[in-house]
Amino acid sequence: MEIVERMKKKNFKSSMITYAMVIIAFAIMQVWKTSGNLSSLLTGLLVPICVYVVLAISLNLVVGISGELSLGHAGFMCVGAFASAFFSKCTVDVITFVPLRFLLAVLIGAAVAAVFGLLIGIPVLRLRGDYLAIVTLAFGEIIKNVINIFYIGLDSNGFHVSTQDQFSLNMEADGQIILGGPQGITNIPKCSTFVAGVILILVALFIVLNLINSRDGRAIMAIRDNRIAAESIGINITKYKLMAFTISAALAGAAGALYSHNLSTLQASKFNFNTSILALVFVVLGGIGNMRGSIIAAVILTVLPEMLRFLSDYRMLIYAIVLIVMMIFNWAPKSLELRERYLGRFFHKSAKEGE
Amino acid sequence: MKFKKALSLALCGAMVAGCFGTVASADEELTWKIGGIGPITGAASAYGSAAMNGAQIAVDEINAAGGINGYQIEFNAQDDEHDSEKSVNAYNTLKDWGMQALVGTVTTAPCLAVAPLAAEDNMFMITPSASAEECISYGTNEFRMCFTDPAQGTASAQYIGENLDVTKVGVIYDSSDVYSSGIYATFRTEAENQDFEIVAAEAFTSDSKTDFSAQIQAMIDAGAELVFLPFYYNEASIVFTQAAALEYSPLWFGVDGMDGILSVEGFDLSLAEGVMLLTPFSADAEDELTQTFVATYQDLYGEVPNQFAADGYDCVYAIATALATTDLDPSADASTISDALQAAMLEISMDGLTGSGMTWDEDGEVSKSPKAVVIQDGVYVGL
Amino acid sequence: MSFISYLVNGISLGSVYAIIALGYTMVYGIAKMLNFAHGDVIMVGGYAAFSIMMYYGGSPLMAVLVAIVVCTVLGIAIETIAYRPLLEAASPLAVLITAIGVSYFLQNVVLLIFGSTPKSFQSVVTLSNVKLFDGALTISGTTIVTIASCIIIMVVLTIFINKSKPGQAMLAVSEDKGAAQLMGINVNGTIALTFAIGSGLAAIAGVLLCSAYPSLTPYTGSMPGIKAFVAAVFGGIGSIPGAMVGGILLGVIEILAKAYISSQLSDAIVFGVLIVVLLVKPTGLFGKKIQEKV
Repeated sequence: MEIVERMKKKNFKSSMITYAMVIIAFAIMQVWKTSGNLSSLLTGLLVPICVYVVLAISLNLVVGISGELSLGHAGFMCVGAFASAFFSKCTVDVITFVPLRFLLAVLIGAAVAAVFGLLIGIPVLRLRGDYLAIVTLAFGEIIKNVINIFYIGLDSNGFHVSTQDQFSLNMEADGQIILGGPQGITNIPKCSTFVAGVILILVALFIVLNLINSRDGRAIMAIRDNRIAAESIGINITKYKLMAFTISAALAGAAGALYSHNLSTLQASKFNFNTSILALVFVVLGGIGNMRGSIIAAVILTVLPEMLRFLSDYRMLIYAIVLIVMMIFNWAPKSLELRERYLGRFFHKSAKEGE
Repeated sequence: MKFKKALSLALCGAMVAGCFGTVASADEELTWKIGGIGPITGAASAYGSAAMNGAQIAVDEINAAGGINGYQIEFNAQDDEHDSEKSVNAYNTLKDWGMQALVGTVTTAPCLAVAPLAAEDNMFMITPSASAEECISYGTNEFRMCFTDPAQGTASAQYIGENLDVTKVGVIYDSSDVYSSGIYATFRTEAENQDFEIVAAEAFTSDSKTDFSAQIQAMIDAGAELVFLPFYYNEASIVFTQAAALEYSPLWFGVDGMDGILSVEGFDLSLAEGVMLLTPFSADAEDELTQTFVATYQDLYGEVPNQFAADGYDCVYAIATALATTDLDPSADASTISDALQAAMLEISMDGLTGSGMTWDEDGEVSKSPKAVVIQDGVYVGL
Repeated sequence: MSFISYLVNGISLGSVYAIIALGYTMVYGIAKMLNFAHGDVIMVGGYAAFSIMMYYGGSPLMAVLVAIVVCTVLGIAIETIAYRPLLEAASPLAVLITAIGVSYFLQNVVLLIFGSTPKSFQSVVTLSNVKLFDGALTISGTTIVTIASCIIIMVVLTIFINKSKPGQAMLAVSEDKGAAQLMGINVNGTIALTFAIGSGLAAIAGVLLCSAYPSLTPYTGSMPGIKAFVAAVFGGIGSIPGAMVGGILLGVIEILAKAYISSQLSDAIVFGVLIVVLLVKPTGLFGKKIQEKV
C-alpha cells in the first residue's frame, strides 16, 4: 500500500511539473507577445504549436500508453477539422458569441473524431503491431480520399450534396458552397487563439495524465506490457484498448478543430501520411509514453524548420540530418552509454524521470 | 556612338547623384523589399522554383537598369512546400523581414490561406499562378497574373466547339487538385452549350498518378476523338507515353499547365506531336523579350523556363511598372505602398512575357487572351 | 477485351509494386524494421539510370547495372550509418523514424542535385508492342519485360534464400538473432547483405517503374513506396511469395477499381480491400501465425 501511495505522490509531482511547464511557457509567450516584441513568425506559430502539442499528446496515448502503432492519426485530425469547420461555417450567423461557437465547434470536432475512433477501433484493435499500423494508415488515406470528392452547399432549401462538382449542387442564388471537393472549406471564421490553444493543451494533459494514473490507465498499461497476463487476471482487453483509442481520436479531433479555425482554409490533402508520421516523430523523439517529452519535441520540431529558413535551399536537407542525428543521439544504445559516461548526472536524472 | 551613349549615361548618373547625393548617402541601404512565396521543396516544387527563379531574373534586370524610382530591389523567396500552414509561416517570415509587396503565392491552396492575411495587413500581392477564383477575392490589394480556372475551362470548351471537328470528347483530370477539377467543372458546364459531347470523364488523384492506363483504356472504349487534359505537364508526359504504348492517338488538348512539356528532359517530343493547348507563354516565341528571358534563364538555371517562370517574371515587372508611376520611395510603409499600387495597377498597361497590353480590373483580374497553339515538330505553332 | 487489357495493365503495375515490396519484406523479415526510405532508394536508382543514359550516353543495360551498383552501395551505407546504431534500441519505432529522416534526406539531396523539374525517362526496353486477337489487345514491350523480370527475380530470390549459405543465414537471423549468432553467423554482415540485395532490387524496380511511368522527380518513389509497403503487408510481411502476390493483387485491384467503380475513389477502394483482408486474415495472405507464449 505504501508503495502505491509513494507512486501516486511521484506521479502527482511529475504531472504538476508538466502542467507548470505549460503554464510558465504560456505566461512567457503571452508577456512577450503583449510587449509587442514577438516577431510575426512566432506570433503566427503559437497556435500551430498548440495544435501539434495536442496531437502529440493524443498520439502518445495510443503509442506510449496503449502500445499500439498508429500511422493514420492525421485521419482523425482531418475528421475533427472538417466537422468543426463545417459546423462553424453553418452557424456563423446563428451563434454570434464567438467563444461559445468555437467551444461547440471543438466539442463537435472531438465528438465526431471519437465516433470514428470507436468505429475504426472495434475491428482494428483485433490486429497486432505493424498490421494494426497499416490499417490505421489505410483509414487515414480513405478519409482523405472520400472528403476530396464531396461537394456540399447550403441554401434556403437546406443542404445539397454532390460528388461531381459545385455546379451539380443546383443551388438557389443565395446558396453558398461549404465543402468544395479538393478545395475543401474556405473562409472559416478564425477563432483559434493562443489562449484557446493552451487551454486545450491543459485539458488534453489533464485527461491523459488522469487516465494514466487511474485504475483504467493501469489496466491499459498492463495490457501493453503483457497482454496474456492482463487477460488472465480478468482485464477486458477490448474495452480498455478501445477506451484509449477513442480518447486519443477525440483529442486528435480537437487538435484538428484548433487547426482548421487558425487558417481560414482547410484542404483534406494536408492530412496525409506525412502529417501522421510527423506526429509519430514528436512522440518517438520526445520519449514514448513521456508526455512532457513529446510536448517539448512537438514545439522544437514545429519551430525548427522555420528557424532554418535562412539556409534557403538547404533547409529541408539540414532538417533531415538534424532529425537523424537527434534520433541516434536519443535512442542508440551506444550513444546512451556515452551520454551516461560523460554527461552522467544531468541526463541520468532526466532519463529516470522520463521512465 | 557607343561612347556617346556611355557618356550621356555617365552624365545622367552624375546629375542624379548630384541631386540625390545627400539623400542617398543618408540611407544607402534603402531598397524595395519584395517577397515571394511558393513551393521550393516538395511535390509541387517544380512550379514554385520556376516562378521564384523567373521573379529573380526580373529583379536582377530591373536592378541593373537602375531599380524602381532610383532604388534597388531586394527579393526574398520563401518556401511553402505547397502547404497552407507553411505558407502562412513564410508570409510571417517575410513580414518580419520588412516585405513591402508580395509575389505569391504560386499555388492555389496556400494562396487561400495567405490572401486573407494579406488583405488584413493591406499588403499588396500579385499571384503569378494561383488560378482559383477565390484566391484574390479577399481585398482590393490582391491581383493575379494568370487566367482563372473558369476562364480556361470555358475558353477551351468554346475553342473545341467552334474550331475543331470533333463530337466525342473525353476528359482526364486530377480530382484531388483544385486547379484541375476547377477547370474540368467549367469545361463541362460550357460543353453543354457546344456541339460536342463529353463521352468519358476519368479522374486520378495525387496519390495515384503513376499509372494512367485505366483512364486511357476508358477513353479508347468510349471512342473519344479528343481528350482534354486540364493538368500539369508532368502527369501529361506519362499520359502521352502510356497512350503511345496502347497505340491510342486522339487529339490532345491541354491548358496552360501543359506548357513546359517540351522542356521535360528526356521526353520523346514525337509523343507530343499534334498536342493543342491554350497558353499565354511559349518559350519558343520569336520576340526579343522572350528570347532574352529564355537565354538568361537557361544560363542561370540550366533549364528551359515554363509558364510559371514567365508569370513570376511578369509579376515583378507589374509591380515595378505600377510603382514607377508613383513617387514613392522604399521608406514608405507596406500599407501606403499597397494603396498606391492598387490605384496604379488599374491604370497601367504592360507588355510582358505572357501577354501584351495587359491591364487589370478592380477585381484584380488581368485581361489577356490565351493563345491556342499546336505542337509541331517539337515547337509551338500558333493556331 | 478491354477487361483483359485492364488486367494486363494491372499485373504490370502490380509487378512493379511486387519488386518494391520484396525489398520491404526482406528487410522487415530480418531487421524487423519498416524501411520507409526504400521508396526513395528506388528514386535514386531511377536518377542513376537516367544520368547514365542522358548525360553519359550509356546503353540501357549499362544504366541498369550502374543503378544497381549505386543503390546497393547506398543501401549498405544507409544501413551502416543510420540504422545499425539503432537496431538494438529500446523501441523499434526509433529506427522507423530514422528511416523517415533518411527518406527526407535522399529526396532533398536529389532535389539539390537534379532540380525539381521532372525528367522524362526513356524506357530501357526496346521490345516492340505485341498485338493479340487481331490487334484488339495491345500489350507494350515494357509491360512484358516488367512482368517477366518480376517472375525471374522472385524465382532467383527464392532459390537463393533456400539453397545458398548466405540465404540460409538470412533465414536463421530472421528466425532468431541470438541463436544465429551463437551458431557463428555474422549477424551484422547478414543484415548488411539483406539491405544490399533489397536496395539492388530497388534499383531494378526504379528502372522498371520509370520505364513504364516515365516521369522522374525527387518524390517519384514515395507513393509507390507506400503502396508497396501496403502490398507487403497485404501478402503477409516477411513472406517473399506474399510480397509477390500482394503486389500483383494490389496493382490489379487498383486498375480494376479505376476502370469499373470510380476513378476518384480508387485509392480508397484499394485500402478498403486491404482492411477487409486483414480483418479476415490478421497476418496477411501468407503471413505466419505467431504463437504467443505465456
